[in-house]
Amino acid sequence: MSQIDVPLSRSGFGRTQRADNWWIQPLAVFLGLSAFIIYATWAAFQGQHFRFGPYLSPFYSPELFGAPNQGWFGPMPSWMPAWVTAAVLILWAPGGFRVTCYYYRGAYYKAFWADPPSCTVGEPRKRYLGERSFPLILQNIHRYFLYFALLFLIILARDVWNAFWFNGRFGIGLGTLVLLANLVLLTCYTFGCHSLRHIVGGFRDRLSGAPTRKRVYECVSCLNRRHLLFAWCSLFMVAFADLYVRLCSMGVWRDWRIV
Amino acid sequence: MATATFRIWRGDKAQGQFRDYNAEVAAGMVVLDVVHQIQMEQAGDLAVRWNCKAGRCGSCSAEINGMPKLMCMTRLNTLALDKPVTIEPMKAFPHLKDLVTDVSWNYKVKQLIPKFKPRPADAPDGTWRIAQEDVERVQEFRKCIECYLCQDVCHVLREHKMQEQFIGPRFLVHVAALEMHPLDVGDRLKDLRTQFGIGLCNITKCCTKVCPEGIAITDNAIIPLKERVVDRFFDPLSKLFRVFTATKT
Repeated sequence: MSQIDVPLSRSGFGRTQRADNWWIQPLAVFLGLSAFIIYATWAAFQGQHFRFGPYLSPFYSPELFGAPNQGWFGPMPSWMPAWVTAAVLILWAPGGFRVTCYYYRGAYYKAFWADPPSCTVGEPRKRYLGERSFPLILQNIHRYFLYFALLFLIILARDVWNAFWFNGRFGIGLGTLVLLANLVLLTCYTFGCHSLRHIVGGFRDRLSGAPTRKRVYECVSCLNRRHLLFAWCSLFMVAFADLYVRLCSMGVWRDWRIV
Repeated sequence: MATATFRIWRGDKAQGQFRDYNAEVAAGMVVLDVVHQIQMEQAGDLAVRWNCKAGRCGSCSAEINGMPKLMCMTRLNTLALDKPVTIEPMKAFPHLKDLVTDVSWNYKVKQLIPKFKPRPADAPDGTWRIAQEDVERVQEFRKCIECYLCQDVCHVLREHKMQEQFIGPRFLVHVAALEMHPLDVGDRLKDLRTQFGIGLCNITKCCTKVCPEGIAITDNAIIPLKERVVDRFFDPLSKLFRVFTATKT
């Protein structure tokens, strides 16, 4: 029997008795989210190579202002600063949806704020306010970003439909499948949202007597159980869809026609 | 028979130290078996709280290799026995002796929560009718054995010691069981926002991770309660909707 003097009430950043590699998960989240933010920011400010044939990058959809016959409201107004692209005008909505998402909140509080770095691991700060005061109280607007995200799904579905038509003729390219996969994953992510789960039935204590509502609630709950998976898959896919369109447009990749 | 080293916290009132004990281990043993063996053979004064040895009573909560776990449900073959296995008392509660903590704060918190308040009886004989599908959601919360591992792992209580402002995951689950009960007509949303401090939870899901009953504490209890608080206090559209529809839940 030997003796080691260690105080029971430990504190201090990173201190823990955990024997596993607890830092791997927050580090992976930090690197994954950082990579996405850097790429998305870069791509949003490019303002070019976001169209290729019938494909439109999801970062630039809807194209509110753009080339003739392509922007919803015509060309970009002349008074708009040069750095404002079609992506800059719209990315606040899906970005806000992800930033206020319950899954991502838990993940980036750990990975970026170390609040805590991981379960039972010491934190760098003594003061803690949580989500009950400014600015984090603003996370409560998540459901409003959800409404925008649902609208965006309709727009992206229209883009996928357009991606099936090459110069007026039906066809399927690899880009069509990439945009379709992006739509499916984003749909699974959005329809697994905790706020949507609440809105479609979670706010009620009784779902008996409302079979349709109950069915919808169960479907959303089923996707909600895989919210983490779809959050990451859709995040990767939306960036890859932009990259695919961009590289095809730049002539680096060739779009394979399947049909 | 193989031997392994168990580094157990010895002392009282947060004063003390780890002591290493070598113990013989065999297939099928759990951490509580080893602690009992050490208590019997090497440290007769080792204080440990336990009862059922079956993961039902929630008494033997401790921190094994830094993670809150039930000692009776932690099999040795899930631990790396080539290194010392640390066993400590829970950190979120006042320490009493060795592996025992004073969890009575939890009992006081429970008394703060407004009790079950059923709607008027459905039948003349004073009974109610509930659809099975309506109680299924709250039945998950009734699996809780009150081991307080979720309270222990919650950084709001453990690291920031905000016991005065936050009731913790266990009691958010309790509130959810009452709030979502199909018969209950009580209203705890204002308390949730104010004295129960639901806004302090930042959804790290550590409570869900350590729950020995597998209750989806964050996804099925805390977030739905947060959404109900948003309905009541932060969402003007929801308020408007309630005014025009007089929504009954």
